[in-house]
Amino acid sequence: MQRLEQNAYRTVPPNLFDPLPSEEKQADGWIRPSASYWQDVWMRFTRNKTALFGLVFIGLMALFAIFGPLFSPYPYDGMDMLSGNQPPNSVHWFGTDKFGRDIFTRVMYGARISLTVGVFAAMINLLIGVVYGSVSGYFGGRVDMVMMRIVDILIGLPSLLYIVLLMLVLGSNLVSVIIALCITSWIGTARVVRGQVLSIKHNEYVLAAMLAGATNRYILFRHLLPNSMGPIIVSTAFLIPSAIFSEAFLSFLGIGINVPMASWGTLANEAIPMLQSRPYQMLFPVAAISLTMFSLNFIGDGLRDSLDPRLKK
Amino acid sequence: MDDAVLMRVENLKMHFDVSKRLFSKKKTLLKAVDDVSLSLRRGRTFGLVGESGCGKTTLGRTIVRLYKPTAGRIWYSDADLSPLSDAALMPYRSKMQMIFQDSFSSLNPRMMVGDIIAEPLRIQHRFASAREERELVEALVERIGLRKDHISRYPHEFSGGQRQRIGIARALANTPEFIVCDEPISALDVSIQAQVINLLLDLQDQMGLTYLFVSHDLSMVRHISHEVGVMYLGHMVETAPVHELYSHMLHPYTEALMSAVPQADPDMAEKSRRIILQGDVPTPIDPPSGCPFRTRCPYPKPICEQVMPALQDVGHGHFVACHQAAGSNSSARSI
Repeated sequence: MQRLEQNAYRTVPPNLFDPLPSEEKQADGWIRPSASYWQDVWMRFTRNKTALFGLVFIGLMALFAIFGPLFSPYPYDGMDMLSGNQPPNSVHWFGTDKFGRDIFTRVMYGARISLTVGVFAAMINLLIGVVYGSVSGYFGGRVDMVMMRIVDILIGLPSLLYIVLLMLVLGSNLVSVIIALCITSWIGTARVVRGQVLSIKHNEYVLAAMLAGATNRYILFRHLLPNSMGPIIVSTAFLIPSAIFSEAFLSFLGIGINVPMASWGTLANEAIPMLQSRPYQMLFPVAAISLTMFSLNFIGDGLRDSLDPRLKK
Repeated sequence: MDDAVLMRVENLKMHFDVSKRLFSKKKTLLKAVDDVSLSLRRGRTFGLVGESGCGKTTLGRTIVRLYKPTAGRIWYSDADLSPLSDAALMPYRSKMQMIFQDSFSSLNPRMMVGDIIAEPLRIQHRFASAREERELVEALVERIGLRKDHISRYPHEFSGGQRQRIGIARALANTPEFIVCDEPISALDVSIQAQVINLLLDLQDQMGLTYLFVSHDLSMVRHISHEVGVMYLGHMVETAPVHELYSHMLHPYTEALMSAVPQADPDMAEKSRRIILQGDVPTPIDPPSGCPFRTRCPYPKPICEQVMPALQDVGHGHFVACHQAAGSNSSARSI
């Protein structure tokens, strides 16, 4: 076969061209150094001030939860009837409740419980959601249809009903709260992962890997999941606040963490009878919940924008 | 088997089950490839043409066993690949590769070029050491005309032509004998098309590669192919050596396709007759009875409604599946 002539239309005479001086030959030198994907993401994330504020706040809150109680002179359940219902002062920064327990210490312990619940529930949801969603999306067809109908049934049940039932059966403690929160909240992640896998599996690089004899597991872990990482991270980032809030909500209703354990929800619950006379007892736990919610949601928004550059304004 | 033939496909059928319902009794089948036979000669190029949705791509993918065929045989030398399981196919996986149409979706955006090129070898566990891998990838990158330092870049940093070259390097990594080129140039602009085609031709010379070249660019198929097959609605309607086909096209569908090729010379363009087919391509879920082309054929005969025409040898290695053309041509030649 004859080769195609590539320069048939060359009409500009070569003597019009001057060679480039040698110091300018580093053509690549002034181009921005090629940043890896995650470097780009970090750069876009740090440019978002509210997201950065959220990250800093959550970092401080985590330090506060882990190390704060170590430096506190009061135990979280230590009662002192003589100094009950004190307003905030130099000894008890957030005041005390009706049993004389230091609210500052109890808010720190509450942070431990809330963040633990948030992180563990999100991790378990992530694991179940990714496995379920990727199997459903990758195998498709009948498998997908059956798995998605199961999800539809689960989501159709009113969640509060079976969470209450479950708490009655398992008893009110940290582990049963996490289990109760994990029953259905993985569904959102599973749907996100399924959608991603469904669209990515038709890319031709997946065919190329199949052609080389790659196993399903290889394709899933090497091609499909890394390319769905953005939406997975974002949905996890929003799972953490929703788990924390659900725990606070359950504890507020009195079916979550039991007294004398302190979660932000129980603290708020205990403060209800005092709401009119001593509103500060409600203020501090609720402020902790709200600020944590705001920060986590800001982080989620920031991650969503920085992981998907097309969403940028 | 004839030594010159690398692969032979016999009566290949690839039907997809497109039933929507979970518990439906009746299956709805999409007959993407229906009863296709062809031979691929070693070191030659077989061009496959036809309009969108006629089953060209599916045929290519079925031949390299990305799909498990519904029926038929795929002979690779003396082995029948059609019934093999994934595990049993492993030894043949390195022999057959594919170059894809869309260079954006054919390279994983999260992998560096070096990893993309080395991937087929890693899957096959063919490296003794990281150094060996590095050397091989560097050799491949230079062979397809990129620089060594491109290895540690990501696909989005390259142009369409360069990306297509990276796809070619990946296909070459396993030193295959047979490559399916699935419209490798249709997403590129014309000057880049020439570069990629020249690269493919050079590689064929140097490595003795056999190509199945799927395209709807008839001029390019004429340039690169030794033999050409024309597909319509999952059927092979005409196949012949390239010069024979382009000078004596027999099937009315081939005629219509050829008349659609733009002419560079305006004088020639005025003389040539543009055949415009009536109607749309029927759906392969419910194809017409008899000849699949009869609904759009300019010369329909009663027999076309009842009998599906088989590929008939009309001499000079030319085969055609048409009641009208096969008869008239053989009588014309015998005179």
